[in-house]
Amino acid sequence: MSAFIKGLLALRRGPWEMLATILIALGVVMLMQPFALVLFTYSFLVTLVGTVMFIIVSHFKE
Amino acid sequence: MQDTPPATPADRLARATPPTLARKVRGLSDRSIAWIFVAPTILLLLAINIFPLIWTIRLSFTNFRANRPNEPLEWVGLRNYERILTDPDVWQTMQATAHFLFWTLFFQVLLGFALAWLINRKFRGNDLMTTLIVLPMMLSPAVVGNFWTFLYQPQIGLINYAVEFVTGIPASSFTMLGSVSLAPWAIVIVDTWMWTPFVMLICLAGLRSIPDYIYEAAEIDRASKWRQFWTMTVPMVLPFLMLAVLFRGIENFKMFDLVVLLTGGGPGDTTLLSSIELKREAFEKWRTGYSSAYAIILFVTVFGLASIYVKALNKVKER
Repeated sequence: MSAFIKGLLALRRGPWEMLATILIALGVVMLMQPFALVLFTYSFLVTLVGTVMFIIVSHFKE
Repeated sequence: MQDTPPATPADRLARATPPTLARKVRGLSDRSIAWIFVAPTILLLLAINIFPLIWTIRLSFTNFRANRPNEPLEWVGLRNYERILTDPDVWQTMQATAHFLFWTLFFQVLLGFALAWLINRKFRGNDLMTTLIVLPMMLSPAVVGNFWTFLYQPQIGLINYAVEFVTGIPASSFTMLGSVSLAPWAIVIVDTWMWTPFVMLICLAGLRSIPDYIYEAAEIDRASKWRQFWTMTVPMVLPFLMLAVLFRGIENFKMFDLVVLLTGGGPGDTTLLSSIELKREAFEKWRTGYSSAYAIILFVTVFGLASIYVKALNKVKER
């Protein structure tokens, strides 16, 4: 866990890509889940943040 | 005296090139020449992909209606996005899409891999069997849609009679495409029937790429068939399988034709997939701004999913 946080602070690609991946996956699940409309409402925001983050952090150093 | 070799077509072409043009081309760097070759493709991509995308993003913030192009354009900010993302009907549509996407991928991967595994064995009539299995994939979705509509007919359709034969439930007592609970499964069955051969072909390519000597070495090491399957076959076919899931996932997320022909989104809205809803908003209700926002939401979702999927695929290939 501490290695993950250190990687984030050092702007390394691996942990940031992992974070972006989690956000995208979370956004898609929120978009398609049948439980709460409020999750659906914020799903696009989460997916968009994750996708933009993914595009940016894929240019970080390994 | 040495004989000069006959001029090749390239020599003749070089001689025919006007000297000024030749000098100009010779003066260009490799990078410039590469740009000259790539430029038409880039221009084409900009014209048919990037420009419409940027235009759609712009329209998504307006109340533009394509059937009233002369009306003044009003900037509505994020109102279109807000409307879509707080609409329970759109939410229902997303759930229908998720149901269709998940189950079609599940069955296509399962059956596609199983068929590839069976077809990969050497037996008489292997080629004929492969051709027959691949046939549904080659048909037009319009043909498949109409064909299955007849098969699902409660009075004359074969499916109802087959169900009656197996379960004893009277054929005319239920209708696959008209029932709220059965219609979502009916479209899953048709898409699975049509596209399982595609997954099978990709898996077959993966299975045939595994060299025999690996299995021979495993046999010598007395590895069981079960162990060979899980530790050799599955990991080596996985990149192919993931590629098939990526292709089918993207295709099924924007599935339109087959479902329109089978159910038209009904009964009620039970099979109303997001692409059908999008088409209705854009070209039946003519809410172009609203449907542009809808399209952007779908695009970001597919793009995000494809990005993480391609990353996962690369990791699997590196192993």
